[in-house]
Amino acid sequence: MAIDKFLIEASHIMMFARSVGDSNPIYHDEDYAKSTELGGIIPPPTFAQSSAQFDPEYFLRPKVGGDGWFGSGKEATGSKPSSGSGGGGGAAMGLHAEQHFEYHLPVKAGDTLSATTKPGKAWEKESKRAGKLKFSESVTEYRNQDGDLVITATGVGVQTERAVDS
Amino acid sequence: MLKENEINIGDTHTATLVEDLKRTQIVQYAGASGDYNPLHTDEIFTTQIAGYPSVFAHGMLSMGLTGTMLTDYVGDGTLMKYGVRFTNQVWPGDTLKSTATIVDIRDQDGERVVDLEVVTTNQNEVPVVTGNATAKIES
Repeated sequence: MAIDKFLIEASHIMMFARSVGDSNPIYHDEDYAKSTELGGIIPPPTFAQSSAQFDPEYFLRPKVGGDGWFGSGKEATGSKPSSGSGGGGGAAMGLHAEQHFEYHLPVKAGDTLSATTKPGKAWEKESKRAGKLKFSESVTEYRNQDGDLVITATGVGVQTERAVDS
Repeated sequence: MLKENEINIGDTHTATLVEDLKRTQIVQYAGASGDYNPLHTDEIFTTQIAGYPSVFAHGMLSMGLTGTMLTDYVGDGTLMKYGVRFTNQVWPGDTLKSTATIVDIRDQDGERVVDLEVVTTNQNEVPVVTGNATAKIES
């Protein structure tokens, strides 16, 4: 995955913060945010995940005018899912196993980040709850408009042999 | 920001993250994050094709909810590291509670920091998210 422009926008931050149950004004009230040491609206700690919005190839979003979305319509599924990716949540049998963020420099509304992702380690494990598990790691580096590394995100995805017993 | 003279190793902070998680909140997260995996929002696909009893929350929604507890405790813009493992799925109807525990207070790159252990559990006391974080503090 490569993202040229991940715009850090106040309204997107507001919507994201709402969805994670966070009413902190630092995420939606510009006047308040400007009065703090941070000097403006900042994104919540897991906001980098929403860079998927800016990935033209992101496979867990129905494409405009495209076909092949695997969610239900007339039938329970539209089509076969395309291949999974580490840490992104995976396809029909893919799940997110771990996520790690390292914050190197502050990010604020108004910044424009770019992101590049590289595959990391891969390993396998047997489990009672879901059969054979195939883990794969992906490491995404987010840089700001000055080219400085701001966030490193490491995701671990797991493909399970079958649905996980709960 | 936490102040060093006001905290001790072993201190904890607990918050209720969500009560009776609604499918609509999962939809809200799908829209905001851009992750439209039907496992989280499409009951028909998830039950009939994927074989799960119902849709379930994105792992990243659990991590995001847990992050709200964390930043409420350590302060805005102080996190240096935050990582989790998704240990169990979160389902509509779940009530989640999360606790951060201070496990170390130390120096890193010339700043004073705390290390925290984080665990989020559901209404059956089953951990759904476990992890750790490091945040800057005021010395």
